[in-house]
Amino acid sequence: MAPEYATDPVFLGVIAVLVSATAFATTYMLTSFLIKYLRKNGCTVPDSFKKEKTMVAHPGGPAIIAGVLASEAVLYGFLQETAILAVMAVSFIAFLIGLVDDKRPMGGWYKPLTLAGAAVAIILLGAYETNLTFPMFGNVSIPLLYMGVLVMMIVVTGNTVNSIDVLNGVASGYMAIAGTSLAICLVIVGNYDIAVATLPLIFVSLAFYKYHKFPSRIFPGDSGALVLGCMYGTIAIVGGVEVLAAIALLPAIINSFLFLSGVKQIVEYRKIKTKPTIITGDFKIKATRNLDALTSLLQIITAKAPMTERQVAGTILRLGVFSGILAIITAFLSGVRI
Amino acid sequence: MKELYAFMVLMWAMIIIGGGIAVVILGPISITGYGELDPTLTSVFKGGVAVLMVILWIYILSKIKGLIFKKIFLE
Repeated sequence: MAPEYATDPVFLGVIAVLVSATAFATTYMLTSFLIKYLRKNGCTVPDSFKKEKTMVAHPGGPAIIAGVLASEAVLYGFLQETAILAVMAVSFIAFLIGLVDDKRPMGGWYKPLTLAGAAVAIILLGAYETNLTFPMFGNVSIPLLYMGVLVMMIVVTGNTVNSIDVLNGVASGYMAIAGTSLAICLVIVGNYDIAVATLPLIFVSLAFYKYHKFPSRIFPGDSGALVLGCMYGTIAIVGGVEVLAAIALLPAIINSFLFLSGVKQIVEYRKIKTKPTIITGDFKIKATRNLDALTSLLQIITAKAPMTERQVAGTILRLGVFSGILAIITAFLSGVRI
Repeated sequence: MKELYAFMVLMWAMIIIGGGIAVVILGPISITGYGELDPTLTSVFKGGVAVLMVILWIYILSKIKGLIFKKIFLE
């Protein structure tokens, strides 16, 4: 239960600035140190879409989780809400799950199963309501079914964000956009304290994007992408905006949907035999014409003409802005009843 | 690229319509006559229908995906 002063708009505004600054500064400074540390210790991976052989520091997850935990801890100090503890707990567990996969790539079922386990933290902390809100139509109470929705939300958001982490700057840039849309939606539906809890997601993503954008100096790895995705899913649950969050994440969901409906099994991307895209002689990304290998958003974007990595990343971010606008329109529709 | 934006708008509409069906039709359903088992049976029934709706949603999207995106590849 938040203290009474937490409802004061000026107080929340001051906390919002403090939390945002903590998130941005922590991740920005730590990422710089982490790049040097990882390079010095040979923790690098090849960047697939570059002309020259380029090795990039990996994983950036530690800088991302540090920014999330530091800023959410500051927020918890002021608001003492269980919802913030849930965001911190799930993000940290997702970081550990991703770190294991970064160190030693696991099988296709590893992440869905372990992320389902991470969702249990929300249940144990009781940071949820069993109502699902649909715009224009209202709430539906689904006590038993909601447990499944809750677990699926964490599994889906974690994995979908991880699945779009294929090009320089996409995962962090996309999460900054989706996080902003989600924060605006939370303000529209009047959930101000959780909107402030979303600011670390936006500012950590922005700080990391500074190093992750084209040409990347560091990749987030599974430990970074899963933190961003699962934090997003947890905020959606504790804020009661599951449907709006799903809409803001549509391009990433389409990517996962294309992959699952294409390969028809839960498997890591690196294991599929027929790749959806190829790299041309002038290092552009080009879709393969094999209709049976229709498995990614990247393939659809590059279907008409080959594109540079930067062009594709820009297109995905524009899709993110479009889905964010759809989510905000939907949030306004929440006040309308048919 | 307009096909991709159209697909997103379609998914958006399907989410809102699906939610409407869940709230207006599925929400008020209540099974009675089985005593203490009533709430559990109601939840199981609603859960089952919801799962069927999700399967139908995925099936429709798969078909539309085929129609929209294969057209791009055949151009």
